Amino acid sequence: MKEFWASVKKEFLHIFRDRRTILIVMIMPVIQIILFGFAVSTEVNNARVAVCGDMSDPQIRRAVERMDENRYIEITEMISVPGEIDGLFRRNEADAAVCFSRDFGSRIPDGRASVRIIGDGSDPNTARMITSYISGVLQDAAADMEISISGERQASMTPVVQLMYNPAMKSSYNFVPGVMGLILMLICSMMTAVSIVREKETGTLELLLVSPVRPLWVILSKLIPYLLLSAFNFTTILLLAHYVMEVPVNGSLALLSLAAALFVIASLAIGLLVSVISSSQRTAMLICGMGLTMPTMIFSGIIFPCESMPLVLQWFSDIIPAKWFIILVKKIMIQGDGFGPVMKEMGILAGMAALLLAASIKSFRTRLQ
Amino acid sequence: MKAIEISGISKNYGQVAALREISLDVDSGEIFGLIGPDGAGKTTLFRIMTTLMLADAGSGKICGMDIVSDYSRIRKIIGYMPGRFSLYQDLSVRENLEYFATLFGTTVEKNYGTIREIYSQIEPFRDRKAGKLSGGMKQKLALCCALVHKPSVLFLDEPTTGVDAVSRSEFWKMLERIRKSGVTVFVSTPYMDEASLCDRLAMIRGGEIIGTGTPEQIISAYPYRLLSVEGDRIYPLLKRLRETEGVISCFSFGASLHLAYDPEKTEASGILAAIRESGLGDCKVREISPGIEDCFMQLARK
Repeated sequence: MKEFWASVKKEFLHIFRDRRTILIVMIMPVIQIILFGFAVSTEVNNARVAVCGDMSDPQIRRAVERMDENRYIEITEMISVPGEIDGLFRRNEADAAVCFSRDFGSRIPDGRASVRIIGDGSDPNTARMITSYISGVLQDAAADMEISISGERQASMTPVVQLMYNPAMKSSYNFVPGVMGLILMLICSMMTAVSIVREKETGTLELLLVSPVRPLWVILSKLIPYLLLSAFNFTTILLLAHYVMEVPVNGSLALLSLAAALFVIASLAIGLLVSVISSSQRTAMLICGMGLTMPTMIFSGIIFPCESMPLVLQWFSDIIPAKWFIILVKKIMIQGDGFGPVMKEMGILAGMAALLLAASIKSFRTRLQ
Repeated sequence: MKAIEISGISKNYGQVAALREISLDVDSGEIFGLIGPDGAGKTTLFRIMTTLMLADAGSGKICGMDIVSDYSRIRKIIGYMPGRFSLYQDLSVRENLEYFATLFGTTVEKNYGTIREIYSQIEPFRDRKAGKLSGGMKQKLALCCALVHKPSVLFLDEPTTGVDAVSRSEFWKMLERIRKSGVTVFVSTPYMDEASLCDRLAMIRGGEIIGTGTPEQIISAYPYRLLSVEGDRIYPLLKRLRETEGVISCFSFGASLHLAYDPEKTEASGILAAIRESGLGDCKVREISPGIEDCFMQLARK
């Protein structure tokens, strides 16, 4: 047992004496959360809108005021002809434009009044979001106009969209679980793999193997420090997510921690497997970067929703532990599910962790290749 | 009981045969040297003997324990110092030593007597990182780490490669003292001049043992006579001598040439005459007794 703790202590010394490791382990999670939180935001904030129309028309004025009141939209330009829109977009002075038709107010009663929303298609994601936002605001305005003109609300169907668990449609609800998965995966797999391969490279693994210490202890003494580090990271991310990004923790914290523990074990085991097959630190990094980080990014839903992928890719995503962990985090943290509803995902993750750990311990050699 | 007994060890890396039917035994309490050039298979043999690698064929015993089935027991009683400096560069001298002591289930204090003589030389730098030590000090630290658990057999893979001449002779004095304390030392080296410092040695080349015995035995088994030739135009001289009747071999040896000839076919005077005939006469020739390197060159020719 003394050998074991000496090895754990030694591993911690390695971590704390290497500035690069400290940077990856301690600083990266914070930076990633903040980056994703503020820079990679998919929400519309302060969309600059240009308006084209006769401002002396009271109906138009009312609609414009309505848009201006909205805190996500900012009316920045008044233009007289639609031809100016192109120039505004090119000079990047507006994100969208709204054009009211001629005689807008007088045409409302006979239903021939029209309004065009023009978005900047060179950035389709943002354009789609801004235009649908504007059209939502205008729809509200139109309903009010009807009432003010005919005095009563005409029977018409207006769909009302509401997002349960995330009424404000905050993107942080999506990326916090994703980043959590990404970081735990990175710390556990990459750092473990690199630390074992480093000993291979420097030749110290030879000395460890020649010693009477059982290989299992050697492995575990490598895993424990990274397990503790990821616990630290998990806490940091949760605190940041909760207090800075204002993501709620609706479910049980214990259940969330259990899911994280299973995921961490699976990731550590993957790291061990990577270390067995790679002979240099660079290879280990490459395998972890390409083979683990990329799929985690892609299948975590940070960038693309899993459901819209081709079927084959969906099957592939099923074998990635991060996918199940991210589902679990979303369910527990945001939906507030208890143990019952997440049993399936928990079971899959536990099975993966057990399988990977068994495989990695078995593949760790007591000799050099 | 023999400290090391191996027989018929072979190892291939793909198509390349690294070791071919190596058989050796080493008595306990001796310094046994494995002499051979780079790429001869020395490190592979070390790894097989220290249970780090499996041989493709053959068997071996360390202190009576089988190198395959008893590997975990062997690991308790051997000390191994790999050819490359393999300690933790970011840990201090003291931390390295303590860690390896703990790995072998002991403490520095308990076995201080074993390493005192060597450790006392690096103790002033105990808090310095191992990576910041000089070559000689690194070597001493590595030796301390390999000795800290009082092994019965100490394996040293090219311990003096890349170390200056003074440190090398100091190192061999240390080995002599280690041997006196009852440890069997198995050491490899590419330097022929270190061979005479071993009790017994084996010469290895291309994965094969080409000669074994005490340094005296090996030298007395040298079948030819040897001349040292020194001259100004060494290269034409070498070419001419190799063509001379009765000359077995001729190699440049530092500033001079070592020439082996068969005393039954020619004599030193005959060779001298041949040199003069070709106009390269202004050279010093004297009869010398062979060294280990001459023996190695002769055995390697077969």
